[in-house]
Amino acid sequence: MNFSRIISHAGEWLSGDGPDRQIVVSSRIRLARNLSRTPFPGWAKRTERLHTLELIRPAVEALSEMHSAYAQNLTELTALERQVLVERHLISREHAAKGAGSAVVMNVEQTLSFMINEEDHLRMQAIRSGLQLKEAFALLDKCDTELSRNLDFAYHEDLGYLTACPTNVGTGMRASAMLHLPALVMSEHINKIINSVSKIGLAVRGLHGEGTEAMGNLFQVSNQTTLGESESQIIDRLTEVIRHIIEHEENARQQLVEKRASMLLDQIGRAYGILCHAHCMTSKEALNLLSVIKLGTDLGLFPDSARITVDELFIETQPAHLQKGAQGQKMTAEARDALRADLIRAKLKQLPEPDTSKVQSHPGTQKETHDE
Amino acid sequence: MQCDVCGEKDATVFLTQIVEGKMQKVNLCESCAKAKGVNDPTGFALTDLLLGLPSEKLERSVGVVKCPVCGFTQADFKKTGRLGCSECYTTFAQGLTSMLANMHKGTTHVGKAPGNRARLRELNAKMKTLQASLDEAVANEQYEKAATLRDEIRQLETELTT
Repeated sequence: MNFSRIISHAGEWLSGDGPDRQIVVSSRIRLARNLSRTPFPGWAKRTERLHTLELIRPAVEALSEMHSAYAQNLTELTALERQVLVERHLISREHAAKGAGSAVVMNVEQTLSFMINEEDHLRMQAIRSGLQLKEAFALLDKCDTELSRNLDFAYHEDLGYLTACPTNVGTGMRASAMLHLPALVMSEHINKIINSVSKIGLAVRGLHGEGTEAMGNLFQVSNQTTLGESESQIIDRLTEVIRHIIEHEENARQQLVEKRASMLLDQIGRAYGILCHAHCMTSKEALNLLSVIKLGTDLGLFPDSARITVDELFIETQPAHLQKGAQGQKMTAEARDALRADLIRAKLKQLPEPDTSKVQSHPGTQKETHDE
Repeated sequence: MQCDVCGEKDATVFLTQIVEGKMQKVNLCESCAKAKGVNDPTGFALTDLLLGLPSEKLERSVGVVKCPVCGFTQADFKKTGRLGCSECYTTFAQGLTSMLANMHKGTTHVGKAPGNRARLRELNAKMKTLQASLDEAVANEQYEKAATLRDEIRQLETELTT
């Protein structure tokens, strides 16, 4: 299995049809594990990191879930190839920057990926479409149990699994869901949601995790703490919060349809117009406009088939994905922006104009203020 | 501001340390700071300093707390925010306990444990409850109950050692 073959397919989570798929793009579970009494990757010498790799990589490749896996040491991948994996959420940005001793192992469906020598010796993640945190955990839990028979994981009676950073100690688990919340952003309720979520010990972050900007109205909600609660308690709590957020987003959408229909139709129409006719587009603009098309699809203005087109464009218009099509020639940002616009125009050609009959505009009942 | 140690010269070195949520401050003049070996404020408690620990003892406690497995020091932790290896959790347990309590929901892991560790944890937890009941029975002069509990504890002990 080589890089281009694995990457030629979209991940299962992207095309999958999980529950609450309209608002919850994907669910992810990450477990951090370390070998006992072995320096953590950030503190280990090169030889120690290589030794860790020699121990962990065969154990991961021997997993029953990984029989047709793609495995690669990061030093054998170009910076661009690594960035493609980052854009697909298969490795972290931190992992992409690591050198000798770091490796990635993932299955063909791209639902499981194992990062060796990231911040911890092993970080494994399961990713599913829609709201499926429990299912993702079950899959990963099985792998973890199987691995623990062959690897001596660092574990402390009171503190649980020991990790390089004390913030991950205990379960070593980060459960997160990627939420698409355009109506909460349009109605300016998003900050209220973010604040109340952070108050109960959960974090809201941008598209690529910690310290990244929220683009395309995509937000990641995850647990902050890992000690003092079991894996299932954390997942149940997070799932409950996500259900609340879904409800808020649905209400916000309904409000927009009922009270601000012309604003909504205007936004969708403009997004459609720009995406179909632009010749130069940054990835931020693309994400934000595609997000509006996604909302339009949820509201029935576009056929259901638009969903997969838009979701694929979300990934394919990212910088490294565009660059990899350029056969090794380094593209300028300007060239990328042009290529991105070309790609979007081509893909959206099949998309009919928004069917505005789905949302009735009632000028008389609108609460909007017009500043003329 | 005068030096807290000699009480004569002007203080030029200001140390602030937060220990279990309480702020401690020490102001020192340059020569007292040097004499006390203040070069790494993370390595010692300020109260020790004020209690007048001999300076070589201070220096030892500053320089020598090193993880026996990976050679990591507290200063390294301050720099990186990451620990050196799993053993560091034992080496630096004292400082980490309050930090973890602030960071997390609880201080004890209640989730998954690898393989046989789960069983071990269960037995240990059972042992703790038995011991507590035994103490209570003895305190209440319920000697018959205490005898039964003692037998249960003995049995559990053999289970734990096998």
